[in-house]
Amino acid sequence: MLDLDNATVQFQSPGGPVVRAVDGVSLHVPAGQFVVVIGTNGSGKSTLQGAIAGTVRLSSGHIRLAGHDITDWSQHARAGLIGRVFQDPRAGTAGSLTVLENLAVAACRGRFPGFGWATDRRLREEAASRLGRIVPGLEQRLEQSIGSMSGGQRQIVTLLMATWHRPELLLLDEHTAALDPAAADRVVQATAGLIREGRLTALMVTHSLAQAASLGDRLILVHRGRIELDVEGPAKRRLTPDDLADRFDALRRADQLDDAAARTLADLYV
Amino acid sequence: MITLLSTWTFGLALALVALGVFVSYRLFSFPDITTDGSFTLGAVVAAGLMVAGHDPVVATLIGMAAGAAAGATTAVIHAFLGVEPLLSGILVSTALASVNLVVLGRSNVPLGKVTTLFDAVERTVGPMLSRAGVDRTLAGELARTGFVLLVVAFVATVLYVFFRTRLGTAMRAGGDTPTMARALGRDTGLLTVGGLAISNALTAAAGSLVAQYQGFADVQMGIGMVVWGMASVFLGNALVGAAGLGTALAAAAAGSVTFRLLVATALRAGLHPDWLKAATAAVVLAALVAPRFLGSRRKP
Repeated sequence: MLDLDNATVQFQSPGGPVVRAVDGVSLHVPAGQFVVVIGTNGSGKSTLQGAIAGTVRLSSGHIRLAGHDITDWSQHARAGLIGRVFQDPRAGTAGSLTVLENLAVAACRGRFPGFGWATDRRLREEAASRLGRIVPGLEQRLEQSIGSMSGGQRQIVTLLMATWHRPELLLLDEHTAALDPAAADRVVQATAGLIREGRLTALMVTHSLAQAASLGDRLILVHRGRIELDVEGPAKRRLTPDDLADRFDALRRADQLDDAAARTLADLYV
Repeated sequence: MITLLSTWTFGLALALVALGVFVSYRLFSFPDITTDGSFTLGAVVAAGLMVAGHDPVVATLIGMAAGAAAGATTAVIHAFLGVEPLLSGILVSTALASVNLVVLGRSNVPLGKVTTLFDAVERTVGPMLSRAGVDRTLAGELARTGFVLLVVAFVATVLYVFFRTRLGTAMRAGGDTPTMARALGRDTGLLTVGGLAISNALTAAAGSLVAQYQGFADVQMGIGMVVWGMASVFLGNALVGAAGLGTALAAAAAGSVTFRLLVATALRAGLHPDWLKAATAAVVLAALVAPRFLGSRRKP
């Protein structure tokens, strides 16, 4: 389904060192698998997801999705295969449009929209049905400006938009990070439900160790642009937030040792 | 009465600029300086064609197409060459100053000897109104005002319908939140090209109508049009509100007429024409600040 072959993303500011945000990552995600990606700040997990979405270009390597080599595809061209939910609820919905109009745009994902009436009766009925199934009552607000809704409600609508047409891959970029705990919990439940019911292939980046431990079929821990941990099946199910916290601590200690060694070498030879 | 109708006619013709600026600035968040150049472009292209003996309808439509091309050029420079929106508009508007001069051949062309859209309307509708007992001069002005009113109502309706279609809704989404539009498969660069083409076609139509109404085309007639358009949009927004697409479109058109009436009143009250642009800027500022100030005063 999704294959990353030696994917590398490197940046260099003028006069600065080359930074490998994604460092030769190879990964195979089979169809229907729900992968949770965690990592420390600056570990490269969002860059990895950006490379898959097309917002970040690969420096080298290849990305294949559903039989297509999408490495050189533009972001909007990839949208025919990929559904996305962003960290900022405002980034995934158009605030000046109504809920129904936002869903109308999503209903044309990846194809020419055409000149038909955007919010016809069929769309209205389907939107009410689908939205009501996720959050009962929300279907009453189809004609409201989405800008007047809470962040959690906007993320629910974004989720529905990203999955309106079954995507080959659903990318979730810390999509509960900007929400209060109660709203985050509702969005997580909705996410898990949509992925389960649709048997979707999904890649969810999160900062929450509790979410990382409890959600998904597989967990990937990214550190310094590389995959440091990749577990699935029984090993994934046994993971607890404390296990993951211990992993993070171990990585931080190793980093400190690395930094100390680098300083010593620099003192001796530079 | 004639003066009032004339003010209305001018305000309504310039409402097309307001609708154009509404599309570029409100829907696409693009401060498009091309407006100044495309207003003149629409006027000089239509004038040039009419002087060459072409039908005024055809001349106006070709003027609009030229305006659309100018807007599309600005959008391409921004979206595909990565130049800032303001600078893209300034570049195209600067280039249009030469284009307009070349098209017109000189700085000013009178249209007294050609048949304009207004002449055709006056000849058709004027006698009907005269037969109904309306004074001949008044009948001619009424016909002109009614014609522009119909044009603006037609354009606003077409815009409303278009921006409620799937493509139009996608364009509005692209202007509002590009990240969302791209994530849903829309090429936001192409959407911007389409949006600015529509915006500047409307502005060029306004230029063409104004030239035909006042009986001449001038290469400097577009100066300050972007500010006029913004003033109309903000003023309409402050007076009518902008809840929903239909209301916002009507507000932009109403803002233009109101603004023209304000200008005419100020001139009649003794404002020196040299101060007109400064007064325009003051109205824009007032329309921008007043709603916020009044809103904050209303809070408990």
